[in-house]
Amino acid sequence: MAKSSSQSLLDRFNNSANALGLVFMLPAAAILLVFLTYPLGLGLWLGLTDTKIGRPGVFIGLENYRSLFNDSVFWLSVFNTIGYTAVASVFKFVLGLILALLLNQNIALKSFMRAIILLPWIVPTTLSAIAFWWMYDSQFSIISWVLVKAGLIDHYIDFLGDRWNARISVVVANIWRGIPFVAISLLAGLQTISPSLYEAATIDGATPWQRFRFITYPLLTPIIAIVMTFSVLFTFTDFQLIYVITRGGPVNATHLMATLSFQRAIPGGQLAEGAAIAMAMVPFLIAAILISFFGLQRRAWQQGSKD
Amino acid sequence: MASVSIEQAQKSFGRTQVIRGVSISIDDGEFCVLVGPSGCGKSTLLRMIAGLEEISGGQIRIGGDVVNDMPPKLRDIAMVFQNYALYPHMTVRDNMAFSLELAKRDRQFIEERVSKAADILGLNDLLQRYPRQLSGGQRQRVAMGRAIVRDPRVFLFDEPLSNLDANLRVQMRTEIKELHQRLKTTSIYVTHDQIEAMTMADKIVVMRDGVVEQIGAPLEIYDNPANQFVAGFIGSPSMNFLPGILRRQSGVAQVEFGEGVTLPVPRAATGEDGQKVIYGTRPEHIDLVDGSDGVPAEVVVVEPTGADTEVFSKIAGIEVTAVFQQRHEFKPGLVIRLRPDANRAFLFDAASGKRLLA
Ligand SMILES: Nc1ncnc2c1ncn2[C@@H]1O[C@H](COP(=O)(O)OP(=O)(O)O)[C@@H](O)[C@H]1O
Ligand SMILES: [Mg+2]
Repeated sequence: MAKSSSQSLLDRFNNSANALGLVFMLPAAAILLVFLTYPLGLGLWLGLTDTKIGRPGVFIGLENYRSLFNDSVFWLSVFNTIGYTAVASVFKFVLGLILALLLNQNIALKSFMRAIILLPWIVPTTLSAIAFWWMYDSQFSIISWVLVKAGLIDHYIDFLGDRWNARISVVVANIWRGIPFVAISLLAGLQTISPSLYEAATIDGATPWQRFRFITYPLLTPIIAIVMTFSVLFTFTDFQLIYVITRGGPVNATHLMATLSFQRAIPGGQLAEGAAIAMAMVPFLIAAILISFFGLQRRAWQQGSKD
Repeated sequence: MASVSIEQAQKSFGRTQVIRGVSISIDDGEFCVLVGPSGCGKSTLLRMIAGLEEISGGQIRIGGDVVNDMPPKLRDIAMVFQNYALYPHMTVRDNMAFSLELAKRDRQFIEERVSKAADILGLNDLLQRYPRQLSGGQRQRVAMGRAIVRDPRVFLFDEPLSNLDANLRVQMRTEIKELHQRLKTTSIYVTHDQIEAMTMADKIVVMRDGVVEQIGAPLEIYDNPANQFVAGFIGSPSMNFLPGILRRQSGVAQVEFGEGVTLPVPRAATGEDGQKVIYGTRPEHIDLVDGSDGVPAEVVVVEPTGADTEVFSKIAGIEVTAVFQQRHEFKPGLVIRLRPDANRAFLFDAASGKRLLA
């Protein structure tokens, strides 16, 4: 009797989707806990201590954040990060969308062109960053050389020595690096739009612009929301390009929160302060995710069956 | 409303010619069905009329105007697509109003037109729904509504019923026909389904491999197919074809099939003694006879459909289908005697498939 009741308990467990689901989730949850939560938790903890390299710290509450609040370099990096993200994202979106629309046409060498577009994304970032650094060099810049030879300017441009020149330069490098992701993702989205919709719209009397405005764009918005969320997150947390091209200079003019955090923590040895700067990025990232979460809500027209 | 005339129209995709000199003239208000097997170029021809494909050669006129180089929006046509092509992000109302809004018609005019179309098609309760929230038949109606609101000169339909289940297809067939009787707009309807063609058309155009095989009223084509292809394509179950040799001796004309089986030739048929021919007879024109009349046939399968009985049998080793109104229960292997109606039989040249007719 006892045996059969324990049997049925096991049976019930095996047949309960919820209980089984929980069990199957455990391994994934454990991995998430170890590899995501632990570093995040450690960062959060470090930010609340006065740890330095080679010296374990003690809990000091929000002291690090209080000092950051009065730190003009920190605020400069916040300003830089927001500006860098905003300007680069807008350009990546517009240029990426235009590129995707072009690649969606029946152009010659279509697959070849698509492969070419992906190049900036395939090349390791450090490598392309070094190439940009070289292109922006004050003496050997190919850009300056071409412009001088063409007679458009008479002396070499100081790309990385001037505050705004440096900012524009790194933004351009980031745009170049980020366009393929946007363009190829949007292209995939464009290809899900049935050509017969365009034909129906053509017969309904829509001009090419009206077809874009009333068919393509609304049907693409769910994908635009996803792609731009990722693009914003990548850009906001960018590190490699800046670190290789300017190291945050001149005079912190291009320091982003990520680069400043690293700068303070590792070469500077102030682990706790670096961690606090990194933690300060979290509210911005959460805000970006929330905005896209609401942007990504299934629209009324997406609901219901497909057939 | 307008007539449509197609003169020697041609279309090539690269080097492959898909439409090879097609001429059709469709009268004002006529319901014309283009029918033919899949891949014969029906859709391509329809899309040329719509302006979605360029015309490689020949001319297409709508209401007298040559439209070869006219963009689709100026042709004043409306098209219903096979997959309906409803705008998924627009409500039923917006789908129907889209063309009028692009044309900047005033609000009141748009509302009137949309509600009139919704009345005709029974869509009034669905105007605020999105296409995904509709059933297949409802989507089909919205697609037609989108065409109706424009009150175009010509309706073009590209296999509009092929995504529906069998019952709904029959129902929509009737609805489209009623709609045409009511609106009297010139319509060109593409289908691969000969029953749709027979039931809906004022004029059928049978196509094959980019050429027109025959044009005519449904019954005209059924009674007088121009060749073996048309004869086989129109009619269901399709016509029986028995290959044999024509014999004209001492004033008697008959076709020999081997095993000593012969059948008398239809009176008007031409052809020479010894010519290889195809003898065509429709399943519904074969009688079951007694005694020594007709020819012997060995039963293969009997399929009762309720309304009638289809009997598959072999005459001189050739599969033949016959349809009887009476019910029969023949055992397979039984030899019965069948007599095709000689006056409603057809003779085709075996080599060219052309009808042998004086
Ligand atoms: N855009 C195209 N490019 C190349 N070939 C095509 C194109 N569209 C249709 N075809 C070819 O033209 C022929 C006729 O196609 P279609 O008009 O769609 O046939 P149907 O509608 O009668 O089934 C087919 O062989 C098809 O492969
Ligand atoms: Mg087709």
